[in-house]
Amino acid sequence: MRTLRHAAAIAWKDLRSELRTKESLNSSLSFSIVVLLLLAMAFDTGSEIVTDYGGGILWLAFAFSSTLIVNRSFAREMPNDCIDVLVASPASGASLFLGKAVAAFALQSGIQLICLPIFGVFYNVTWWRNPWQLFGVLLLGGWAMACIGTVFSALTVNLRLRELMLPMLMYPMLVPALLASMTLTNYLLMPGAMPPDFAQWLRLLIGFDIIFTTLALALVETILVR
Amino acid sequence: MRSKIVLALGLVGVPLLLRNLYVILFNLPDEMEQGPVYRIFYYHLPAFFAATLCYTTAMVCSILYLVKKSARYDAIAMACTEVGLAFAAVNLITGMFWGRISWGIWWAWDPRLTWALICWLVYFGYLMLRKAIDDPTERAKNAGVLSIFAYVSVAITWKAIEWWRTQHPGPVLSIRTGEQRIDPAMEQMLYVNTLALATLAAIFVITRLRQEEVQREIDALRRYAHAL
Repeated sequence: MRTLRHAAAIAWKDLRSELRTKESLNSSLSFSIVVLLLLAMAFDTGSEIVTDYGGGILWLAFAFSSTLIVNRSFAREMPNDCIDVLVASPASGASLFLGKAVAAFALQSGIQLICLPIFGVFYNVTWWRNPWQLFGVLLLGGWAMACIGTVFSALTVNLRLRELMLPMLMYPMLVPALLASMTLTNYLLMPGAMPPDFAQWLRLLIGFDIIFTTLALALVETILVR
Repeated sequence: MRSKIVLALGLVGVPLLLRNLYVILFNLPDEMEQGPVYRIFYYHLPAFFAATLCYTTAMVCSILYLVKKSARYDAIAMACTEVGLAFAAVNLITGMFWGRISWGIWWAWDPRLTWALICWLVYFGYLMLRKAIDDPTERAKNAGVLSIFAYVSVAITWKAIEWWRTQHPGPVLSIRTGEQRIDPAMEQMLYVNTLALATLAAIFVITRLRQEEVQREIDALRRYAHAL
């Protein structure tokens, strides 16, 4: 209970700080729209088969923009050695991670909700065929990105080439979740009944979230203590 | 002592590799459907097993480092990961040659191939992370954590052969399937060649470990000289 209270305080602190400055929110939102725009030029958006790869386009935009958010998760604590104060505070490493991951997840979810109708307009896709299931996939895939991104943000925060190393480590690790989210989104954009392997991909995504959240909660204290 | 171990492993491993090569090329018959190209399999699969063995050792040593804080475990984890990466590359490249001849394409975005490539990229990231951190303690700690995370991709690659029934052939070994799917002589040769490649991997790991330890001694002397 205490861990959750600390996590909520940290998440609220991060969200308030981000909403005041909007330093990663604006750049992340504009970057995801630019990615959607550029990919719209690469593919034939008038074609009916756009639903076959629409999920891929959408999640690529989310994945690119999410690095801009998670990159700031721990980096914003570096000036004035705020990170040392947080580590020395009564809040445990797990609550610190949880708070930062929840804040990143909330910001990402906001961007996803704005991007979804823009994607529908750019690519002529009816994305509201299965809205609740689609939101479920967005939540699960978004949490995977926030969880992995926050851990690797802590891991790379002191590196010289932080901006380069974070996506280099994060994307390969994220591929199972991204692949599952892309496939599930494609299935949900298509008309008709769900393919038989829908449940298999959903299990993979849920399993990924559970395994990596557990690992992150167990190991984040080791990463943060210097 | 360590050089004697390397010598002993070399005396076992190298003749075994040469003997296996002779048996694979001249004694074993061609496979009924694939013809002579199936022989790549005797290096493709054992290379994967050797890489998995290296990654597993690296993960165990990383956990031991995080618990005991002994730099030796970190050095073993690093050496095992480098050697594992080399064997994983052999696995990927031999698979590509087999795919070119059997399927007519160098690479298929088949889930099993994709996971093997992802696994390779994740461990390549591990080595990049090590290069990016100057402080040895910080480097060992962060690399240890990453090695544990990276092992999840090894587990997925291992299970991908069962989870996705696609273009890549399914599991064939009787210890995994519980039934005899290939000729017993062929299966036996797979195990013997796995042993030979694992011996070779052990030689590489010990040699790389020695290099790493010498490098650390040099770094420590350099820091001592700067302090003076």
